[in-house]
Amino acid sequence: MSLVTETKNVSKPADFVQGTLDLLLLKILALEPLHGWAVSQRLTQVSGNILQVSDGSLYPALHKLEQEGWVRAEWKTSDLGRRAKFYSLTRLGRRQLASESANWERLSGAITSVVKLSEV
Amino acid sequence: MRLERWLYVVPLRLRSIFRYGRVEEELDEELAFHLERQVAENIARGLTPEQAQHAARQALHSLERTKEECRDMRKVRLLEDLMKDLYYALRMLRRSPGFSILAILCLTLGIGATTVVFSWMEGILLRPFPLVAAQDRLVAITSEDRNGRDDLSWPDFLDLRENSTLVEVFIADRIVSTTLSIGARSERATGSVVSANYFQALGIHPILGRTFDPSDEIGRNAHPVTVISYQAWKDRYAGDVNIIGKTQLFNGVKHTIIGVAPPGFHGTFVGYSFQFWVPASMDEVFDAGGYKLENRAARWIEGFALLKPGVTIQQAQLEMSAIARRLENDYPATNRGMTVKLYPLWQTPFNGAGTLLPTLRISLVVACFVLFIACANVGNLLLFRSFARRHEMTVRLSLGAARHRLLKQLLTESLLLALLAGCGGFAVAYWCRNLIMLLFPRYPGVIVNLPAAIDWRVLALSAGVCVISTLLFGLIPALQAGKIDLADAMKSDSGGALGGRGKAWVRSALVLVQVSLSFVLLVAAGLLLKSVRAMRDSNPGFSVDQTLTTSVDMIAAGYNPERIRSFEDALLDRLQRMAGIQTAAFARVNPISYKSFSSSKIDIARSERQKEEQPVIEYAEVGPAYLATLGIPLISGREFTRADNENARFVAVVNQTMVRQFWAGKDPVGQRLQVKGQWVQVVGVAQDSKYSSLLETAKPFFYVPLRQSIMGQALAIRTSLPPGIVARALTRAVKALDANLAPGEVITMREQVYRMSWSERAAVTLLMILGGIALALAAIGLYGIISYNVSQSTRELGLRIALGADASDLMRLIVSYGFALTAAGMIVGGIAALGLTRLLGYLLYQVSPRDPLTFASAIAIMAAASLLACLLPAWRAMRIDPVQALRN
Repeated sequence: MSLVTETKNVSKPADFVQGTLDLLLLKILALEPLHGWAVSQRLTQVSGNILQVSDGSLYPALHKLEQEGWVRAEWKTSDLGRRAKFYSLTRLGRRQLASESANWERLSGAITSVVKLSEV
Repeated sequence: MRLERWLYVVPLRLRSIFRYGRVEEELDEELAFHLERQVAENIARGLTPEQAQHAARQALHSLERTKEECRDMRKVRLLEDLMKDLYYALRMLRRSPGFSILAILCLTLGIGATTVVFSWMEGILLRPFPLVAAQDRLVAITSEDRNGRDDLSWPDFLDLRENSTLVEVFIADRIVSTTLSIGARSERATGSVVSANYFQALGIHPILGRTFDPSDEIGRNAHPVTVISYQAWKDRYAGDVNIIGKTQLFNGVKHTIIGVAPPGFHGTFVGYSFQFWVPASMDEVFDAGGYKLENRAARWIEGFALLKPGVTIQQAQLEMSAIARRLENDYPATNRGMTVKLYPLWQTPFNGAGTLLPTLRISLVVACFVLFIACANVGNLLLFRSFARRHEMTVRLSLGAARHRLLKQLLTESLLLALLAGCGGFAVAYWCRNLIMLLFPRYPGVIVNLPAAIDWRVLALSAGVCVISTLLFGLIPALQAGKIDLADAMKSDSGGALGGRGKAWVRSALVLVQVSLSFVLLVAAGLLLKSVRAMRDSNPGFSVDQTLTTSVDMIAAGYNPERIRSFEDALLDRLQRMAGIQTAAFARVNPISYKSFSSSKIDIARSERQKEEQPVIEYAEVGPAYLATLGIPLISGREFTRADNENARFVAVVNQTMVRQFWAGKDPVGQRLQVKGQWVQVVGVAQDSKYSSLLETAKPFFYVPLRQSIMGQALAIRTSLPPGIVARALTRAVKALDANLAPGEVITMREQVYRMSWSERAAVTLLMILGGIALALAAIGLYGIISYNVSQSTRELGLRIALGADASDLMRLIVSYGFALTAAGMIVGGIAALGLTRLLGYLLYQVSPRDPLTFASAIAIMAAASLLACLLPAWRAMRIDPVQALRN
């Protein structure tokens, strides 16, 4: 049960995927504080249905970010007037996001160049 | 960076643990919110409410699993599980209080017994001087020669002090008993003659005044000063703050009080509490053997050495041996064959540590036995109960509980049992910690001080015992639970115990262990009991029933030697005129008492032996007719008379062993012997007897007239009258001569000998108590397994009754089952006992470790106990209603 299932059902190394999900969530939360449901919606929107994060994997991932101290949870009233748990980035989380995005750039850059090489 | 992370993380972890309920609520609410929105959206997409609900839940995998995964993220899972397990375990214990109480009681006895013994070992052997900061580096030091261990002489002590590089400081110490007089009041008191550095070396600071100056140990009788104990200050001087500078009399000599030791400092003699300390220069006042600070042959110091940090006792021992060899070279006349030995504190040979070591060692083994037996009992109880819980376990397994979680749960329950029992054990240890004081001999003027220490080391060790015992008794049932075959267990709800009939051997093995361990204890207790009896009934070479021993304390009353002599003559005359008293005699020390005999290196005129080889031999200073009074037969010559006084020729009576060793068995009467540099003539030969201990082997020994050496206050009376009558008569006779005097306690020599065998009796008492507990535990174990088996085979027994078995058949069936177990246990235990009782050797007196009578009695007791354990289940079996049993 991988945490992120790509539509084409290609299996990937678990830690790579895990790191990616963390990065995605951190990035989404960096834009604005959201509750779980909204995160799930936003994830579908931004990844354009290519990455489908199951709701069952989303919550443990959010809780993990919280327990690592990267995001902070607050109970606020949602748009529909109901109390919801909003996640927002902490200072630690911003630092984590920066380092993870840098990592991702390096990694994807490397992979891209490899892929391009093979096309020649 | 790391610190900042902790700032975020720690409050979260704490919240997960301590606000568990709130965190769970929030999790529920968060997921509920998500579901709600998802359902709303699904409906908007055109699904029916039911479909929407289902699809939403589907997307969250299973709600419970998501929750579990979220909980896993909190990273306090282990702790959380433990708390849950503990809570559950508590509920389980409360549900079956009978089981819980029995299990906790069994374990309490086991853990309590081991904790008590630990606390004794810690307080008596390992760290006996709590106020001494560096006691880990403290070792005992004595000399040793061909005749065995001896004390150190002052000149040797000074040479060691001078030449050692590995020892930080040496302390001289000698326990002395004296008459302490304050004003008109006088009483016996125990204290110590010490080197002047005593208090500084131990790091003990006085609460009042000062301790000794280095000069205080120099000069014959030059420094009559004393430091008194806190207890003495409180008791005798009512805590007088102006005590410094006041004087008190020790053996009639005025000493100035210069300091008061702090509370809790009892000196350095394991077993007794010192009431005062005096510097070495005053030794002569306390020991009539003369001034010894310049005498290399006079060995009297019971010393301690404080090793430098990092120095091992082996390294220090090498250095001591080297110095001793040099001393041997330099002073062959006194030091030939002498070496210096270091002992760790717990092996200190000259105080209570050394005497208690074998007893405590045996107690430790026995306490561990009791612990094992208790663990086996609880293990069996848990096995029985795990049968009752088999259904629960099966259900939990089939609902998807991981086996290792079940195992953890069961071990947690066991740990909780052990912890509760551990608390009980501490209570037991706390109440029993002074029990050993009751076993230590008491003398007038002596304060017994055997502190059991319950410190963090004892606590840690006992906590370790709790954990180990948990594993011992908890693991077997837990592992059995791990083996549940789900399919099998679901199929049949009745059937045998956990794991089926095949596992019955585990329970039987546990009972067998119990029976065999308690059998070993029974045998050991029996052997010791017999040995103590043998000691009491033994013939030490003098009359134990017809001789009474007592003393008259004349020195305390301020008598000078002249007055003592005339008083003694007058008293003996009066006594001998009394009907029923045959003879009476004074001596310095009566045999087999706590006081030691004098000793001297001796020389024999016209001996073929080398001149410089002068053996040290013990001797007694005794009055006229002493041998007749003690009932020691005279082989040849005569014994002392009143004519052997200070003006007559100096004489001696030697024993048979001495005749064999020095005069090659020829009658030495008329020969000469040099004692303490004084030539004396041998006038008689006395039969060998025991002198200091019943356990000693034949040794050379001689007697000199009391009049020709020193004063004596020990009185022996030969009579067939009971001690009580003689005591009254003696008191009247003493008072008639001097109303200020009173005789000490009058007891038979048999009683005296009996009192001196206290360490053996202490071992017997401890072993009997622990052995009794072990027997009771084993009987409970046996009872448990037999009544369990009876309850399990109700149907079979019912069938037998229906087929015509009568009560006696059933009785035979059940008792024979019990006896088979007991017999197997006794065979194993018997073999173990044959091997183990040799360890008792030191304490056994004229009893073979394989004494058949003792083994037979142990078998009888064990059989009786097992019969008792069988009776109730058998009675229950006989009352089975066959119709009822078969219907079920």
